[in-house]
Amino acid sequence: MEMREVYGRTLVELARQDERIVVIDADLNTSTRTDIFLSEIPGRFIQLGIAEQNAFGWAAGLSAMGFIPFPSTFACFASTRALDQVRVAIAYQYRNVKIPGSYPGISADKGGGTHESIEDLAIMRAIPNMRVLAPADATELRQVMHAIVEYNGPVYFRVTKYELPDLFDESYEFDWKPVLLRDGADVTLVGTGYMTHKCVEAAEILAREGVDASVVHVPCLKPLDGELLTDLARKTKAMVTAEDHNIHGGLGSSVAELLSGTCPTYVERVGIKDHFCKSGDEDELCEAYGLRAEDVATAAKKVMGKKPTY
Amino acid sequence: MRRIPEQKIRELEQTAYQIRTLAIESISACEVGHPGGSLSQADILAALYFDELRIRPSDPNWEDRDRFILSKAHTCHSLYSALALKGFFPKEELFRGGHIKSVLQGHADMKMTPGLDASGGSLGQGLSIAAGMAWAARKMRKDLHVYCLVGDGECEEGQIWEAAMSAAHNKLDNLTCIVDYNKVQAKAWVYDEINLDPLADKWISFGWQTVEIDGHDMEEILQAFYTARWMNRTGRPTVIIAHTVKGRGVPWMEFNPAWHTHAPNEEDKKRALADLETSYGRCGEGRE
Repeated sequence: MEMREVYGRTLVELARQDERIVVIDADLNTSTRTDIFLSEIPGRFIQLGIAEQNAFGWAAGLSAMGFIPFPSTFACFASTRALDQVRVAIAYQYRNVKIPGSYPGISADKGGGTHESIEDLAIMRAIPNMRVLAPADATELRQVMHAIVEYNGPVYFRVTKYELPDLFDESYEFDWKPVLLRDGADVTLVGTGYMTHKCVEAAEILAREGVDASVVHVPCLKPLDGELLTDLARKTKAMVTAEDHNIHGGLGSSVAELLSGTCPTYVERVGIKDHFCKSGDEDELCEAYGLRAEDVATAAKKVMGKKPTY
Repeated sequence: MRRIPEQKIRELEQTAYQIRTLAIESISACEVGHPGGSLSQADILAALYFDELRIRPSDPNWEDRDRFILSKAHTCHSLYSALALKGFFPKEELFRGGHIKSVLQGHADMKMTPGLDASGGSLGQGLSIAAGMAWAARKMRKDLHVYCLVGDGECEEGQIWEAAMSAAHNKLDNLTCIVDYNKVQAKAWVYDEINLDPLADKWISFGWQTVEIDGHDMEEILQAFYTARWMNRTGRPTVIIAHTVKGRGVPWMEFNPAWHTHAPNEEDKKRALADLETSYGRCGEGRE
């Protein structure tokens, strides 16, 4: 099931047990899949048209009265078109608003550069009070949505358009912290959202070449719990980060900032290298921008070459 | 029309005078603030806080209270004065604002100041928040009313008109917007920067019940609120376009962009208070 459909279905599931949940649409419901919510719970679906700034202001007002709004639009619009409203009406006022970033990273693929959101994590991470997440599969997205409703405060979370392979089974318990997916001694591959899967694949490629990699999934970039990443930096002394986001300000920056204070370590950042993206299908884009598992594996070998010899 | 006792009007005018003097003293003491817009909205605030709003100063978070948002949050010093007079916090706070330990911020901040329903500082945002509150109140079947005060220059922001469309579309007749149409924005006359006129026609065409008043005539203000809330049979939100004078009550501040944002020094303050006394014919009742 596509992640966006998981989003739509989970909204219904949550809203059936919690009357505070309302959905705001900015004329994108069949894309973000809030159309599922509209058909099931129309009384708590608010269509505000193509006016994102107003929509995020409404969200603040609804939350002030006790509702938990999900103003649903594309990541590019949530993080840039409505940024001032996210900052002043929501984060500054500590409003209990849950902001999905639909079609983040390259998942707007053929939509082209205006729609491929490669700055959202950096922007949202820089805003005080905001929690920032990028779940990696259907099970986790569902759990993340339950957890952020439990949590009282503003949250931004990415909802990739694509169907993603299962990473977790029903025994998984999301607790905001980085998750160890594979334990290895030579290098640590750190992914978030969509790119975590590329890290898992890259570890298999590396294993065939005799390299024993750890793999960590970071579902929550802010706040970023440092314990696991610091332990692995000490152990493997080489880190790779992978994100479908600009290499400036997202996961790579978060990990580098963390380790600079706990265990200074070489970090190779896989991601969009500070340029806008073009239209293309998923595979073309990953090849063009170096987001394939092979690219993560190459980065691992490169950073391993920098390891201190002491 | 509502029958309003003459005595009530005189009392509210006196309250507006107190709000004005406290605002000038506060801005001067804090060495930051926006005197022009603080003075132009003083009569509206007096009517809201001392007649119209159903609020409880001893219980600022009472959930069935009416909501008020000062979207033009830079003119917060006269709002702070109204809140202090109403008893939300001690008057002494008015003269400590702008310092790191004060509860009063340079722009209205609900996390810091008791009695505020929203924060502001980036123009154009308050009416959207107010519309969300009004929708929520109706959904929850709460008999409360949401008020939002916006500036005239603020109406240059596109978001105001997005909010206006959405409130009318959703038939939010429990929402009232007041435009403090004081004719001067930060750097010049509004009509020289971006002309708003015909402003009433714009709101009418956006589907709002539209009332135009003299924003310094207390009886007209009270009648307009009565029309907006109690006599509204239109199923539409109401806008009250209040024609006001920027800097009202201090002749050398009136319609003068230099006093949009500028803290009076000690000498300016004394002159301004003396002029307010002349304008309103009362003496020294702003501070006990």
